[in-house]
Amino acid sequence: MQRPTSGGAPMSLAQKLLARAAGREAVRVGEVVTCRVDLAMFHDSSGPRRLKPMLEQLGATIWDKDKVVLVMDHYVPERNEDSRRIVRIAREWAREQQLPHVYDSVGICHVVVPEHGHIRPGLFCVGGDSHSPTGGAFGAYMFGIGSTEMLGVVTTGEIWVQVPRTILMRWDGRLARGVTAKDMMLAMIGRFGMNGGAYQAVEFTGEAVRALPMQERMTLANMSAELGAQVGLVAPDEVTREWLRAHGAPDVETQPWHSDPGSAAQEHAFDAAALAPQVAAPFSPANAGDATRFADTAIQAAYIGACTGAKLEDLRFAAEVLRGRRVAPGVRLLVAPASHADRDTAAAEGTLQVLQDAGAQLLPSACGICAGYGDSLAADETVISSSARNFKGRMGPPSTQVYLASPYTVAASAVTGRITDPREVLA
Amino acid sequence: MTAHRVWRLGAEVDTDALAPGSWMQHGVEVIAQHCLESLRPDFAPGVRPGDVVVAGRDFGIGSSREQAAAALRHLGVAAVIAPSFAGLFFRNAFNLGLLLLTCPGCDAIQEGERIAFDARAGTVTRADGQVLKADPIPGFLLAMVEAGGLLPQLQSRFQPRNPT
Repeated sequence: MQRPTSGGAPMSLAQKLLARAAGREAVRVGEVVTCRVDLAMFHDSSGPRRLKPMLEQLGATIWDKDKVVLVMDHYVPERNEDSRRIVRIAREWAREQQLPHVYDSVGICHVVVPEHGHIRPGLFCVGGDSHSPTGGAFGAYMFGIGSTEMLGVVTTGEIWVQVPRTILMRWDGRLARGVTAKDMMLAMIGRFGMNGGAYQAVEFTGEAVRALPMQERMTLANMSAELGAQVGLVAPDEVTREWLRAHGAPDVETQPWHSDPGSAAQEHAFDAAALAPQVAAPFSPANAGDATRFADTAIQAAYIGACTGAKLEDLRFAAEVLRGRRVAPGVRLLVAPASHADRDTAAAEGTLQVLQDAGAQLLPSACGICAGYGDSLAADETVISSSARNFKGRMGPPSTQVYLASPYTVAASAVTGRITDPREVLA
Repeated sequence: MTAHRVWRLGAEVDTDALAPGSWMQHGVEVIAQHCLESLRPDFAPGVRPGDVVVAGRDFGIGSSREQAAAALRHLGVAAVIAPSFAGLFFRNAFNLGLLLLTCPGCDAIQEGERIAFDARAGTVTRADGQVLKADPIPGFLLAMVEAGGLLPQLQSRFQPRNPT
């Protein structure tokens, strides 16, 4: 892999990744560069059903099938004629095109694609989904695009990027027990707003970030979307390397992929130890505050799901709270593991049993309720969810009230029947 | 300059309001009929080609679904004017041929007002003649929106007109 050299001015991690993708020694903040794409990911909703007719209209072909990954996760499992039609188009097109990397009904793209080793430090990737910044957890430059722009990528292998400024989110100290990456993100979104990232590069640094396991870093990068950043990056290290090795990826070089000391950045410092579990009230992830502020709110459903909040680490957090406890009467606890691999590991180690013994209802590993494309929550229901978005009408009728929180807080709230700081239950 | 009728919206209009998830299994002609129904049920039935949307800050936050921009274009919206846009929506809009004008002073514009705009000059002219400045748009994006979006541009790349 070609390494950018910073013989000149110090460069940020984002600049180094873009310089490599643009085939340049260096790039300047603000300039528009054309990048070669290493990986293009899309799913059954944003992908084949939109790309196939446009490709036919153009009479063009896919630039490099080995660099394309297709994941069926939005309309699966099929539940009606529309979803059957959409998934059928995806499957037939995958066969027709002989796509080498297809993951059908095995989990959510942002979790499945990294767990198959496709996303590695230094790569430049795009995804047909807004949570594509998840790949930034591995030190890859990855962001979401729409289907028409994806058509441009799959036919040319290229895309333009305006080199972003870097916003450093430095988390000093260590998180307390029961406090997670999700709480860090809700606190940052609450402080800076849903467009606080201004489509620039956010980089998460500091002792608390370095101490996070890989999937928690993925939660940070994932919700960079709700911060309005183009990418959310974590400089890769031994944790990244070990995780990729365990998931069968080729050995990677992590050393070049960090921001140079003295590279230009706007820096914000946070004290991880002082962070309390966070909750975001309807109808915006930016309506965030300490969980205790919402302690009188009764809930009827608790949802542990989505790429944001149902990875293996998330299921373990929930199990820590639910071990030996039962969901409160009148509350439904729904658990949709983010991938089959995570579900199977959770089953093998007993985590899943803990959740089921507590009364959790297990749902398929798919985008499900979070996307609002099929299954939805009931009208007038108040729900606490480990997913990323609580927009009006997204996960149910406009009257459904969704509060966002970490899997710890969702599990604790399911036990008490009202929004609860998980430390009260864990204590 | 043509006068465009204004539909006034608040801040943080999200993609799920523009293209509701429960209609996403359909084509844009169906999605467009439900565009903004949770915020302005009168919008989709009442909007006319050439009308403009003037919104508060951070228009288009949320999903990558380009149907959010496609629905507005399908309804004939000539431009969306707001103090700021979500970056992903911004890219999608130009790719779909929908003009966006970033205009910090647009909060003063009122519902039903007739305004004019000039994307190249970066101006928005109010009914009373007041001229507001809009951020300059890079030349390659203006060219894209004038061509009708990325697809027509790719068409001329992959299907150059050959004399027969």
